[in-house]
Amino acid sequence: MDKRNFISATAGNTGDKVRSDCYVSVQIKNTGGIVIDIQSKVKSMYGRHMHNLTERILAFFDITHAKVRLIDSGALDFVIMARLEAAIKSITASDKSFLPDFISQNDYPSQRDAFRFSRLYLPGNTPALMLNAGIHKPNGVILDLEDSVAPDKKEEARLLVRNALRQVDFYGAERMVRINPLPAGLEDLKAVIPHNVHVVLVPKAEHPEDLVMIDKTIRNILQDNGNDREVYLMPLIETALGVENAYMLATSTPSVVAMAIGLEDYTADIGVSRTPEGSESFYARTRLVNACKAAGIQPIDSVFSDISDMEGLTRNVKASRNLGFEGMGCIHPRQIKVIHKAFEPTPEEIGKALKIVDAFAKAREKGLGVVSLGTKMIDPPVVKRAQRIVSLAKQLGLL
Amino acid sequence: MGKQTQWIRNAAGRMVPAEVNGTPVIPFYGVGKYKPAGRKHAPKIPSNMDYPSDGNKQIPSLKEALIKAGLQDDMTISTHHHFRNGDYLANMIFDIAHDLGIKNLRWFPSASFPCHEHLIPYLEDGTIHHIEGSMNGPLGRFASEGKMKGVGVLRSHGGRYQAIQDGEVKIDIAVIGAACADPFGNANGLYGPSATGLLGFALADSQYADKVIVVTDNMVPFPCVPWQIQGNYVDYTVEIDKLGDPEKIISGTTRITKSPDRLYLAELTARFCEVTGIIHDGFSFQTGAGGTSLAVGEYFREIMQQKGIKARFARGGSNKYLVSMLQEGLVEYILDGQTFDLEGVRSMAENPNHVWTSPFTSYNYHSKGNFAGMVDVVILGATEVDVHFNANVVTHSDGYLLHGIGGWQNCLFSKTVILPVPLFRDRIPVVVDEVTTLCGPGELVDVIVTERGIAINPQRTDLLEKVKGSDLPVKTIEELKEEAEKICGKPDKPEFDNQAIAVIKWVDGTVIDAVKKVKQNN
Repeated sequence: MDKRNFISATAGNTGDKVRSDCYVSVQIKNTGGIVIDIQSKVKSMYGRHMHNLTERILAFFDITHAKVRLIDSGALDFVIMARLEAAIKSITASDKSFLPDFISQNDYPSQRDAFRFSRLYLPGNTPALMLNAGIHKPNGVILDLEDSVAPDKKEEARLLVRNALRQVDFYGAERMVRINPLPAGLEDLKAVIPHNVHVVLVPKAEHPEDLVMIDKTIRNILQDNGNDREVYLMPLIETALGVENAYMLATSTPSVVAMAIGLEDYTADIGVSRTPEGSESFYARTRLVNACKAAGIQPIDSVFSDISDMEGLTRNVKASRNLGFEGMGCIHPRQIKVIHKAFEPTPEEIGKALKIVDAFAKAREKGLGVVSLGTKMIDPPVVKRAQRIVSLAKQLGLL
Repeated sequence: MGKQTQWIRNAAGRMVPAEVNGTPVIPFYGVGKYKPAGRKHAPKIPSNMDYPSDGNKQIPSLKEALIKAGLQDDMTISTHHHFRNGDYLANMIFDIAHDLGIKNLRWFPSASFPCHEHLIPYLEDGTIHHIEGSMNGPLGRFASEGKMKGVGVLRSHGGRYQAIQDGEVKIDIAVIGAACADPFGNANGLYGPSATGLLGFALADSQYADKVIVVTDNMVPFPCVPWQIQGNYVDYTVEIDKLGDPEKIISGTTRITKSPDRLYLAELTARFCEVTGIIHDGFSFQTGAGGTSLAVGEYFREIMQQKGIKARFARGGSNKYLVSMLQEGLVEYILDGQTFDLEGVRSMAENPNHVWTSPFTSYNYHSKGNFAGMVDVVILGATEVDVHFNANVVTHSDGYLLHGIGGWQNCLFSKTVILPVPLFRDRIPVVVDEVTTLCGPGELVDVIVTERGIAINPQRTDLLEKVKGSDLPVKTIEELKEEAEKICGKPDKPEFDNQAIAVIKWVDGTVIDAVKKVKQNN
C-alpha cells in the first residue's frame, strides 16, 4: 500500500440539519484488524447492513487493519460508498473505484434538440437534495461540482456525483454535470463521464479552444470505456470576455447544443450590481441569444434567485422568452412548474403547429417532397419545430 | 412491573396482552363487530347544599384545591392538551402530588407533549404509575425502553370520550385549564393570554369525573360566556399566574411547508381529489395541521376557486388558511376540534359559522353517530403503511413509541381516507410489508399518495374506475413497497423483549395492538 503522509482521513457531512448523508472517519493501521463503529438513527434497521458494506469496501481497497467510524444520518448505500471511498482515497493512492450498480432506469440517451426549459441545480455534495429531484420533473438536473461545493470537498463530491449518476433515478430528466473550470474540470470529467452524462456545463467559458479540449477529453474517456454515446456541452457565459466570444464559443465544436448566461458572475465581472429589471445585462443577454441563434443552438437564461417570489419569476421568464431565450436555470424545485408554464407554447402556437404537422403528414401520404400550407411552402425545419411543439404540448398535457 | 405473561391473538392477527394494569383486555373483534352492553358510567349525585350558595367556588391555590378534591394514592388524574407544548398545568399538578408524597397515580391526559418530559422523574419515583394517553417524544422513548411502572394505554380522541363515558376509565380528579373562567366554573378557551379557542377535549371529564377543578389565568366575574365547560359540573375553581407559555401554546401564525417534496405530495393529493370528483359542490373535508395536510387545503382552495366549488363544511384543526376560506365563502362552516393559530381563535370568537366541537360530537363511537363519518374526504398522516393498507401512527419503524393517535382513528370513518406519505423518510421505508404497530385497519384506508405513485385500496373499485385514463401515477401498493425497498434496502426488523409497554385501543375500547419494549443492546 502506497502510503501518503497521513494515515487517517474523513469525508462527508454530519450535523443537526444533515439528512441522507453520513460522515466517515477512516484510520488505517498496521495491526488490529478491522474495527467499525456505527452511529445511526437507523442502526437497528440497517446497522448490520452498513457494517457489512463497510467491510466489503475496505476489502476491495485491500485494507486489513483500520478503524472506521460512521456517523450516519440516514444515508443510502451509494452515499456511504462514496464517503468511504473518498476517505480511503485521501489516505491511499488507489486508482480503483468502488462502483454501485448502474440502475437500469438511468440507461437512457438525450437528444441534441431536447427541450431545456428548466434545469435544476443540485449541489454536488448534498445527497438529500438529489434523491427526489427527478420527481419534480425538470427537463434537466445539474449535479454541480463547481460553486456549490467547497474547495476542500471537491474530491468527495466527484465520487458522490459519480455514484448518484449510477444510483439515483432522475425519472427521465436530462443528466447534466457542471464541472469546475480547467484544469480541475478535467478531473471531474474522468470521474463522471463514464456514467451516462448527457450534458457537461462548462463554467466561465471564454476560449473556444478550451471547449475543443474538453470535447476531446470526453471523447477519449468514452472511447476508453467502449462507449459511443453523445455527450453535449453547454458553455456558461459568465464574463465580459465570454460575452465577446459568444459566437466563437457557440460554434467551437458540434457538441455545443446550448449556451447559458450566468448573471451573478457576469455583473461582478463588469463591476455592476444585478438589478431585477436587468438593464445592466441587456447587452450580454441579447448578444448571447443572437450568437446562439446564429449557431443554431439553444440560448438559456440565468437563474432567478428569489425562490419565494413566484410572480417575479413568472415576469422574468416571460421577458426572457421574449428576448429569445429557450430555457432557464432553477435553484428550487418549485420554480420548475412556473418556468415550464411561461415557456410552454400558447394555444395559438399549438394550433398552428398542428396544422403544419397535419400538412406534412398529408404531403407524405401523397408522396410529395414539398409541404405546403395554403399558399405557403413549409421548410423542413419549420415542420420539425412544429412537431416539437406538438410533442411538447402533449408532454405538458396541453393536447 | 408490567410484565406480561399471557398473550392473546385478536381479530387483526395481532398479539395483545390478556390483561393490562390488572384489568382484563377485550381484544379487537374487527371493525364494527364489538357490541357494548350495559349502561354508561354515572358520576355521584351532587347536591347544591355542598356548594357555596353564592356560586363562588374559588380556592386560593391549586394545591389546596387538589387536597380538597381528596388527592390520594392510586387515583386517576386527568388533564388536557389545549396548551400543547406550552403547558405548565400538568407539570404543576404532579409537582404538588410529589411534594405531598402521593404515589401510584394514573395520569390520563388527552395528549402529552415534549414539555412533559418534566414528569419523567415522577414516573421513575412512582408518583405516577403509568400514562393513559399519547406519549410524544421523550415520554414515549422512556416508555419504549420499559421504564414506566405500568403499561401505557393509547386511545384516540373519540376513544378517550368513549372510555370515560363507558366507565372504562373512572376519573377521580379532572383538572381543566381554561383561558377564561368565572368563579362558578363556567369556562372557555376563547379569551385571555392563554387562549386556545376551545376546550372540547375536557368535555367528557367535566361530565363524568368525580371531582372537577377549573384552573385559569384569566378569572372574570360571573358569567363567563360562552360556557364551553359548564360550571354546574365544577367543584372548585383556581386562579393562577400563568397556564402556559403563550408562544408554545399556539403559533402566532401557521405556515405552510416550504419543502418542495411535501408540497408536491400535497398537490398530487389535491389533484387526486379533483380527478375523482371528491371535490364537488357541497362537499366536506378535513385536513390536519401537519405541513403536508395544511398545504393540501391550499391546493383545494385553488381548485375550488377555479371551478367555482363551495364546501358545505370543513372540519378543523383550524388555522388562518381555513379561516380565510370561510371568509371568502369557499367553506360555509368550520366545525373545529382545536385551533392551531391566533387567527383561528379570533375567528371562532367572532364568526358564528366557526363552531367548536368536541370528541363527543365528532368522534365518539359509542354514541348515536358522529360527525367524522359524514366527512367526504380526510387527509391524514402515518409513520408506516403496509401492503394491506394497514397504517401505523404511533411508533417508528425502529419500534419506538413517539406519537399519539389524536383523532386519527376516528377520522378513518370518513368516506374517503387519504394518507399522503413520503415513500421513505431518510432511509426508512414508509410503505412496508407489515406495520410495526397496527393503529388503523386497512379496510378503512382508501388511498396512499406518495411522491412516487398513488396506491388505491382494491376495495375502492369506484376510485380505481375514476382514475382510469387520467395522468395520475397510479400503482399497486406492492409496487410502492418494492420501490421503497429498492431505494432503501430491506431493513432488519427491530428487536423487542416480550413485554408490552403500551396497548393501542380501537375506537370501541377493544385492544387492536400492543407496543413492546425495544430491546436494549447496551
